[in-house]
Amino acid sequence: MAVNPDIPNPAHSNVRGSELRTGWSDRLIRAVAYIVLSFVAFLMFVPFIFSVVTSFKSNRDANQLLSLRTLFWPETFYLNAYRTVFDSDISRWFLNSTIVAVIWVIARAFTASAAGYAFARMEFPGKNVLFILVLSTLMIPGMVTIVPKFIILKELHLLNSYGALTLPFAADAFGIFLMKQFFESIPVELEEAARIDGASRYRMFVEVILPNAMPALTALAIFSFQGSWNAFLEPLIFINSADLFTLPLGLAYFRQANYTDWPVLMGGAVVTTVPIAIFYVVFQRFFVEGQVSSGIKG
Amino acid sequence: MAIALDRKRKRSRNPIVAEDRIAGLVFVLPAMLVFGVFVFGAIIFAFYVSFHDWKLTDRGGIWALFTDPGKTWVGFDNYRHIFGNPDFWTAFRNTSWYALGVVPAQTLTGLTLAVLANQKIKGRTFFRTAFYFPSISSSVVIAIIFLWMYSARGPINFVIQKLGFPTPRPVWLSNPNGVLEMGLNGIGIDNVPNWLAGPSLALLSIMMLNVWTTTGTMMVIFLAGLQNIPGDVYEAAVLDGASRFRQFRDITVPLLRPVTAFVITIGLIGTFQVFDQIWVMSEGNNGGPFRTTTTLAFLVYLEGFRQGRGLGYASALAVVLFAIILVLYFIQRWITSDKRHG
Repeated sequence: MAVNPDIPNPAHSNVRGSELRTGWSDRLIRAVAYIVLSFVAFLMFVPFIFSVVTSFKSNRDANQLLSLRTLFWPETFYLNAYRTVFDSDISRWFLNSTIVAVIWVIARAFTASAAGYAFARMEFPGKNVLFILVLSTLMIPGMVTIVPKFIILKELHLLNSYGALTLPFAADAFGIFLMKQFFESIPVELEEAARIDGASRYRMFVEVILPNAMPALTALAIFSFQGSWNAFLEPLIFINSADLFTLPLGLAYFRQANYTDWPVLMGGAVVTTVPIAIFYVVFQRFFVEGQVSSGIKG
Repeated sequence: MAIALDRKRKRSRNPIVAEDRIAGLVFVLPAMLVFGVFVFGAIIFAFYVSFHDWKLTDRGGIWALFTDPGKTWVGFDNYRHIFGNPDFWTAFRNTSWYALGVVPAQTLTGLTLAVLANQKIKGRTFFRTAFYFPSISSSVVIAIIFLWMYSARGPINFVIQKLGFPTPRPVWLSNPNGVLEMGLNGIGIDNVPNWLAGPSLALLSIMMLNVWTTTGTMMVIFLAGLQNIPGDVYEAAVLDGASRFRQFRDITVPLLRPVTAFVITIGLIGTFQVFDQIWVMSEGNNGGPFRTTTTLAFLVYLEGFRQGRGLGYASALAVVLFAIILVLYFIQRWITSDKRHG
């Protein structure tokens, strides 16, 4: 675009300090933005609202033709659905999911911070090749490795155990990037000072780096927790005894067992979603930023 | 250990480099061990198994694959069977329609929402939180909720009827009719060839569910990309008299190219592996009405773990899937990098 030689006349234009655009077209666009965004936000919430409403209906009421009112408010409140939900093994599934998620987080915190630190600060033979290898794991679709993973775990006698749900996932590339990025931003002076005081890399890692890594570790923990909590394919294939079901797997079988009992199914959905919703609202900054940083750097 | 920080800044290189050469390898060892066994080893192993015919129930465990490969070795037979198998082509077609529909949809809606959210509006954080929420919920939970949404007396049919339109028969998730075929029939074109029939209504239902789930993720990524564009670029354009449309076309779109490429990439990789929703929502769990919701990933599962042709065949399928995804990835990169500069 050629530079316009006519400087806009301040008396006519809308140029005003940093607030350049205040014309009516901007206000119109802003209004459209509010309307569209609000409508879409409503669409995002509405299925969950419906599931809550349905969970309080009786099976008969849930199968009646809907009206605008019964969509958003049950005619009569029934708690039967929740009784069925809590009669199931849902607390067992919760427990399993939690245990697996905690192990994920600990394992990944360890492998990611160690590897991230090495990539951020150390020079060692094969560093570049190894880093490319780490990058490449992002490209591998889960479905490709599921059969061999299954076979390997079978031979290690780890099938149908917490090990199967955690060992293959003890390291991941996102985590390594996250920690690497973070460590690169720690001032070198800290390590140099420790070096002068005679510390080895190992001591530096434990006494200097890790204590300063809490923000990144927190983001990593949340990211990993979420990934573990929602995993379905691997539990489906690696686990076949009901007392080891994680929540998604338990729910899927719960669905088979309660095929068209909508209030019960919705009750299960609600009970599963409420904790993660609360968790999300409280920690939402971490969720979004983890996704974003991987996107921009990727 | 007291750490003295009161020293002048020097660009000093770490003098004890030799320690790093070993320490570095030690530090990456745990992660590389996991990757080595469960990612790279697994891929190589997948190739190896794909040349064998082996089922879960076979005797001798996997060692039969190694100690007595003659018994199970079948060379390229698995691959030949795949390409001659109509089930594979059905799954390939289904998955292609799936990606063809979902990736543009989620990219465009994500971009649109991000552009809108990037205006000077209040509550951007609220919108971001709201849109991102479906992405963090369990895919199984969402699939179950939408099973109800798509049911005959569910809210989707309710809205359609209220708007005066007929609801589909059979009901959404049981409907095997291709949507393109239905559309073409509607305007009088019969005899639509199989491959042009489009995704079935059942598959389309799952596709719409997918877009609902992932639009928020794409929006968040685009929003971050938009906010990375410095404001002065736009200010200069305004001073030059550029309309908003031209600003969007000549500044925003080119500067968003890497982000867009990323969104499309993860979209492609994700849609070609869709599984959870298919499992939960396929009629009787068998791959949908007339197998119209069977995707490639689901086929791997069916063949390998559900009385199919065995793990060798499933491995070969998985390898083919991997190859498809790789090819798509490179095509996509070539397209988005070779564009004419606007």
